[in-house]
Amino acid sequence: MATSPPASGSDAGEARLLAALREGDDAAFERLVRLHSPRLLAVARRILGPGAEAEDAVQEAFLSAFRALRAFEGQCQLGTWLHRIAANAALMRLRSRRRRSESSIEDLLPRYLEDGTHLAHPAPWVPTPEALLEQHEVRERVRAAIDELPASYREVLLLRDIEELDTREVASLLEISENLVKVRLHRARQALRTLLEPLFREVQP
Amino acid sequence: MIRDLTCREFVEFLDDYIAGALPVESRAEFDKHLSDCPSCVAYMATYQQAIVLGRQALLRSDDPVPDTVPEKLVQAILAARTRR
Repeated sequence: MATSPPASGSDAGEARLLAALREGDDAAFERLVRLHSPRLLAVARRILGPGAEAEDAVQEAFLSAFRALRAFEGQCQLGTWLHRIAANAALMRLRSRRRRSESSIEDLLPRYLEDGTHLAHPAPWVPTPEALLEQHEVRERVRAAIDELPASYREVLLLRDIEELDTREVASLLEISENLVKVRLHRARQALRTLLEPLFREVQP
Repeated sequence: MIRDLTCREFVEFLDDYIAGALPVESRAEFDKHLSDCPSCVAYMATYQQAIVLGRQALLRSDDPVPDTVPEKLVQAILAARTRR
């Protein structure tokens, strides 16, 4: 799972590590980086794609975390805390990228007749997503579809559905209301559904 | 008497319906709409499948959690710390 913190030993081990970090122990910093950087790199790559930018985001995340260590109150595990910081660092980089062409979200939402019934009748998806996901090409196309979402919707989808942060955390990271997180998530999912639909039509007999 | 929902109303609150966040009386309206509307049955199923597809495509092992990160990155992080 995306959000499960990495195994970092016992709570007592974590408390000792934290105490050593706060004393500025170089070995403790190295241990923290070696322990958590693989997962943070995976988070950054999910948000930014492979490449050097994901590594830069991991470096920024650790430096932010080092600066904030005194404020960390142990309200969650170190791994969970670092995950949130890394997701944020990757997100800030994602935001600064200029998108070449973004679909308008409105174009990707379902349409209705005047009486409120579906304009195009949705059909079940065959074969099942589980079967399709076996294909590397399909996974690439799903990633491309997520990438096509307008940025403000994509970031909510990534943080809520992929990184599994809760609504409150996402609202606080993005500095928007919880209600707006909910609205954007629902619209992003609907838009993603629209973008993925052709994958299934193509395979129907 | 349970009110008839339109497909538009059904889809608008579909996320709350799936999350079980609707009050009991609204839930009955949604259940009734689903029992009468194959389009919305398919829409709800494919909406949930889209979420699974997105999650699995990103989490699946084309690019798994690496066992180690490049040593260069570890050293860069540690060096940047001492430069602060």
